[in-house]
Amino acid sequence: MSDLVTVTIDGVEVTVPQGTLVVDAAKMIDNDIPVFCYHPKLKPVGMCRMCLVEIGVPMRDRATGEVLRNEDGSVRLNFGRGLQTACTVVVSDGMVVRTATQPVKDAREAVIEFLLTSHPLDCPICDKGGECPLQNLTMRYGRGESRFDFSNKILLDKHVPLGELIYLDRQRCIQCARCIRFQDEVVDDPVIDFHNRGRRLEIVTLSEPGFDSYWSGNTTDICPVGALTTADFRFGARPWELTSVASVCTHCPVGCNTTLDTRREAIAGGRSVIKRVMPRQNEWVNEIWICDKGRFVHHYADAPTRLKQPLVRKNGQLVEASWDEALDLVAGKLQQHKTAVAGLAGDRLSNEDLYLFQKLFREGLGSNNIDLANRRLAGGDVVAQVGLASGSNLKELGAGDAVLVVATDLHEEAPVWWLRVKQAAERGAVVVVANLRPTRLDKFATHRLHYAPGEALSTIRQLVNLAKVEMETADSDPLAAAADALIKAKNMVVFYGSEGLTYEETDALARLLANLLLVKNGEGHVGRPNNGLIPVWPHSNTQGAWDMGVHPAFAPGYKPVSEPGLRATDIYAGVADGSLKALFVIGADPVGDGLMADRGQLDFLVVQELFMTKTAELADVVLPAQSWAEREGTFTTGERRVQRYYMAIPPIGDSRPDWQILAQINERVGLGKPAFAASLVFNEIAKVVPQYKGMDYRSLARVEKQWPDVGGEDLYYGGTAHENRSGLGQQWACVAESATVERFDVAEQPVIARDGLQLVRVAALYTSGTLIEQSPVLHHRMARPTIQLAHADATALGLADDDRAEVTVNSVTYETAVRVNEQVPAGLVLLSGVPYIAGLTTAQIRKLETAVAQPTGD
Amino acid sequence: MITEILKGMFTTFKHLLQPPVTIQYPEVKRPVRYRFKGRHELKRYDNGLEKCIGCALCAAACPADAIFVEAAENTDDERYSPGERYARVYEINMLRCIFCGFCEDACPTEAIVLEDNYELSFYDRASAIYTKEMLLVPVPPGGQPTPQKVEPGKYDRAIPEMEDPK
Repeated sequence: MSDLVTVTIDGVEVTVPQGTLVVDAAKMIDNDIPVFCYHPKLKPVGMCRMCLVEIGVPMRDRATGEVLRNEDGSVRLNFGRGLQTACTVVVSDGMVVRTATQPVKDAREAVIEFLLTSHPLDCPICDKGGECPLQNLTMRYGRGESRFDFSNKILLDKHVPLGELIYLDRQRCIQCARCIRFQDEVVDDPVIDFHNRGRRLEIVTLSEPGFDSYWSGNTTDICPVGALTTADFRFGARPWELTSVASVCTHCPVGCNTTLDTRREAIAGGRSVIKRVMPRQNEWVNEIWICDKGRFVHHYADAPTRLKQPLVRKNGQLVEASWDEALDLVAGKLQQHKTAVAGLAGDRLSNEDLYLFQKLFREGLGSNNIDLANRRLAGGDVVAQVGLASGSNLKELGAGDAVLVVATDLHEEAPVWWLRVKQAAERGAVVVVANLRPTRLDKFATHRLHYAPGEALSTIRQLVNLAKVEMETADSDPLAAAADALIKAKNMVVFYGSEGLTYEETDALARLLANLLLVKNGEGHVGRPNNGLIPVWPHSNTQGAWDMGVHPAFAPGYKPVSEPGLRATDIYAGVADGSLKALFVIGADPVGDGLMADRGQLDFLVVQELFMTKTAELADVVLPAQSWAEREGTFTTGERRVQRYYMAIPPIGDSRPDWQILAQINERVGLGKPAFAASLVFNEIAKVVPQYKGMDYRSLARVEKQWPDVGGEDLYYGGTAHENRSGLGQQWACVAESATVERFDVAEQPVIARDGLQLVRVAALYTSGTLIEQSPVLHHRMARPTIQLAHADATALGLADDDRAEVTVNSVTYETAVRVNEQVPAGLVLLSGVPYIAGLTTAQIRKLETAVAQPTGD
Repeated sequence: MITEILKGMFTTFKHLLQPPVTIQYPEVKRPVRYRFKGRHELKRYDNGLEKCIGCALCAAACPADAIFVEAAENTDDERYSPGERYARVYEINMLRCIFCGFCEDACPTEAIVLEDNYELSFYDRASAIYTKEMLLVPVPPGGQPTPQKVEPGKYDRAIPEMEDPK
């Protein structure tokens, strides 16, 4: 065991891996060496000097290398001439560390005294007060009084907006550079930096708009003082007044663990409201980070426009009705139209909701006409076979492993996955990116495959075929080199998305990629931890929708049904031509998303929603549902981890949780007494869905000790991310873990000749939608409709940078900004900031001859 | 036995001749003691700015959970108190309050003081909640009501110069 070393810290022996820092080794045996600038997720810099300790190493004879001993036989130690920083010294065998001696105590007192010479003593009004490492460590290690004159404190700006989301207080900053290092090392957005020197040192933002990063909120968590605060929570509450409730982020398939900090608020009439969203540690999912979307898009839960009462259409008007009246009507009408009924669900609903929704249709109404309203990405059935194996952790990918990312821009669609893939690349993993255009991950990729429009599938097919061939020498062909790197990897993880692809193409893509994973049969890249397929689903619980059987051809647990029902596209057609009489839309807005023109020939439309969407406006019955913060439930991430979230705030108005509404409709169509708790619905799921066997709310709430320590007593060490006390979730096992999976047959797709400019809609994290619109704090950051194209294409269209253009796609017209970007391949137009458009399309682009319209911050 | 009765009657007659101790409340009010703790007041500086900075330490110290504070940010155009933070909402539930005075002790700016008023009675629970407007003292002569428009950078210190304890 040469890679382990034993050190003695304050008389306690600890054996740790080689390369461990003294401060971490001490933390492992609960010896808290105080730090400000050190953070376990960042590289050490030794700037704050708070971690000074006495470090002794065994003395050796220079000639023989023998350890020298005292007369009593004990090892002679060399403690050097002074104290050393525990955060920069790596442990070595036989090292002795003393953290409780007088020189160490004196050094800590001195460092705190110096820090406080320029730190304002405004703890009572500081947002960090109560969860502040500087405050806590001063109470623990400080002298209690200062020998410096308070009037000599330098007065700096206390109100510096670094952009609209993060505010800086220069007086409070202790210049530990944790924020700067986080932005640079961890997320590669070096948009803030130090300016000036000495006592004039200050943090400035280098980007326009200020602090332009999707990760900015995390700097407020790791800031050891109150220098960085979010616009959302600034002066919002004192930390000790908050009630923390564990939750799961609902905005992308990563499923970041979060904590909703709630407090009663006078403006809300004494209701408990969400004051802030904080990351909750889950080293398998999001470690201790969340993106700014997850942090700031919570306002929809408390939005005044939420639906509060069931609405029933009477004499052409939607009027308030009682729950019984509305539910009786819904159940009666659905049964009346039993033969011509369909259901469309959104994929932000919990597993419990989706299960009961399909149960209503399959068992209550005998119909398989059920699908997701926004179908974008197929391959759930493939993922059930060869998905990322259970027990995986993307953090474990490193040298010798490979990650393939196809047809997705992870940084915009699932930022935390981007971060984890980027970090895998930095640890030495081979990252192969295949896409139409360069994305932010290209910088970290070993192989970049940019295929021409329409050639996605043929390129991947070629990749799979090349992977089957053993190569002797390095090939100059990039595709062959990538295939070789992938297939030779110890572990392979494949991400796939739907950028520039239609639903049917993504289905073929998933199968091709599964075949790639299956090339090395036997000890292949499936069924082992850290191997398998990860779909970059459009929403937080698309995986759950597949698992629960919200699919015309699959019952819960991927059991094929004998007579597949109508797909979403057929349902929209059926609505228009009158072959469908009744439609149940839950958690989706097909009219607002442009998928359904109007209510067509429908006799009855029921919508279950949070807001009065365009679809709800056309409905006969509108059922007000509760948001995720008001209720319990489970989501399943793209890595197939089933995670639980909890009730944080009281329900708005008379709204009810989706599962309860559905259970009550199910009772009315004769499916027996409704379950009275979400956990009981989940127990039923665990019985019906084989993949969820053995799971229940208690097993999902299981936790274990994670490294590094964060939250609570360890604020000084890991920041204010919350410790996970409410559940790490459970990953369900894919088929490949217990059985052999055969290769998939994928029909050769005809290559369609494409002329002219091809338009592809690309994702942007802050794309306008029903939920994000409710967060005013993000309005400035919203992605506005923009086209990006190469210089030559722009010139051909008479467009230049900063022009405005009118773009017509599929008979919808958008007014967009124009960005000429040499990164964009010729022949391609990237359209962002608009609702989803499947596949490649052609577009009419016309220059707008208006005065230069500056994007104003509305 | 007669002597005992006479002794008792003597005491009675002696008191008949003494001046009465009864105070005719509410027409007459007895002054309260120096350390009496009555209804809270939120104090102002001489220029009219509120001393309260909305730090909610009083609410944290309150053993009866009677105080509710919600803070907001000051600007130089609309300044309520010195520094960045002021109390947008300040409520004390007088039914909960036990008049222990911990809030006074906790206050870093001596903004909340338990004064002499002990006449607290209500017809319903809602009126037992004293809002900031009810608790704030009137603007002193020569001062301005809040919010004030002030010159930038003048009131950037939330906690005034306090003398070091001798």
